[in-house]
Amino acid sequence: MIALTPQLLLRLAALGMLGVVVQTAAVSQLPIAGANADLSPLLVMAVGLLCGSLAGGVFGFGVGLFADVVALQTLGVSSLVLLAVGYGAGRLREARDPEGTLVPLAVGAAATLAFGAGFALLQFLLGVDAPVSWALIRQLLATLVVNTLLALPLYALVRRWLQPAMPDDRRRRRRRAYTTGGLSPLSRGPEVRR
Amino acid sequence: MYDKTVRRRRAVLGLLVACSLILLTAYFGESGSGALHSVQRGTSEVLSPVQEGASRALKPVRDLFGWFGDTIAAKGQVEELRRERDRLRTEVAQSEARNADYDRLSKLFQLNGALGLDKLGPKTGRVIFQSPTVWYATIRVDKGSDDGVKVGHPVINEEALVGRVTEVFGGSAQVTLITDASTKVPARAGRRQEFGIVEPASAGNPTDLVMNFTQPNARIRVGDRVVTRGTEPEDHAASRYPVGLPIGEVTRIVHEGTDTQEIHLRPYADVRSLDFVQILTRPRGPDS
Repeated sequence: MIALTPQLLLRLAALGMLGVVVQTAAVSQLPIAGANADLSPLLVMAVGLLCGSLAGGVFGFGVGLFADVVALQTLGVSSLVLLAVGYGAGRLREARDPEGTLVPLAVGAAATLAFGAGFALLQFLLGVDAPVSWALIRQLLATLVVNTLLALPLYALVRRWLQPAMPDDRRRRRRRAYTTGGLSPLSRGPEVRR
Repeated sequence: MYDKTVRRRRAVLGLLVACSLILLTAYFGESGSGALHSVQRGTSEVLSPVQEGASRALKPVRDLFGWFGDTIAAKGQVEELRRERDRLRTEVAQSEARNADYDRLSKLFQLNGALGLDKLGPKTGRVIFQSPTVWYATIRVDKGSDDGVKVGHPVINEEALVGRVTEVFGGSAQVTLITDASTKVPARAGRRQEFGIVEPASAGNPTDLVMNFTQPNARIRVGDRVVTRGTEPEDHAASRYPVGLPIGEVTRIVHEGTDTQEIHLRPYADVRSLDFVQILTRPRGPDS
């Protein structure tokens, strides 16, 4: 688990606020294939994958609360669902430590699906009188596809933004050690032969 | 150390979940002027200039995406127009069907006027079901006991007698057609109004009825009209079918001039394509 330093918290807060503002001011007004991308679950997923469950959960809660406030929605709905999304993504990192390049893509899709389903479920539990129509399901699926396509670039952007505030992780340290030649068996070959 | 980390993580998670649930419950339970709503409105008001600024700043990005979208949409417009054409075609077909319905209803009311059926309490109903088997020539109509329909009431369409009500439900009624094997209609035909009983010539043949029990010396010719008699043959009591309802036209006469002569007739009503029918709820007149 990555320690939540003040610098990291600051960057996370800025990321969350910027993400919600961009979402409401621009992305929500850009229909792609009949649906809008939803950056919130992707941002939370990226933070969870990069920083762990605690940071992911806290970030999800914060982003959800901010989104609810800005959009004048029922307070607590988005924060509860995004908290679960962030925590889940973080636990995946801590328990499995997936290394594949396409992991953010798959986790992004899962996060979008979980967010869409969880949000809809809570709305129905709160008594929103809307019939489950094919249009609603089609909308959810279209958002899922668009978000899946956006998951990788957004993950890369979040990683770039958070990297300066994050402690070196073991994987990166290992790779750097190889490339600088210090520990690589290939670079040590001549010495061994001598 | 590990346990401490896990405990801390779980505690934070539990705290956040509790916060969410409290917020949700409090927000949902309070009125529109409650504290949380006020905080939300205030925060949103404070943030609105930020949002407005961001919206303006991001307009070029939106326009760029919009340009891409417009280009793709323009290409997709052909497909959209094709869909609209198809939709309009469907609407035209539906409109034609409505016109046909109107024509039939209009004829139905004309028949009412011509035969003076208005005083027999006609209730117009739409056919909602037709028996799939030829052995039971029945239809279901969307008028039932709620509309005053009773078992035995005669049923007509815009052309002629169609059948009689045999089952009644609250909002619908089962009608046994004149082509059903169980149907027997007292009828008369020819200039001298010869009596007979009309029944189906054979099961499953909706275009051929037969008039039996006519006198051997009855003067009935091909082309004569056959109408309901209005009384039962045995006791001359009033029949369930009012007098003078058209049934069909004589097409041929078998064993003419004998005791077993059969007068075949083609029914006026095409019972294979019934859309609207009228149930005569006062078959014996307004005083019945």
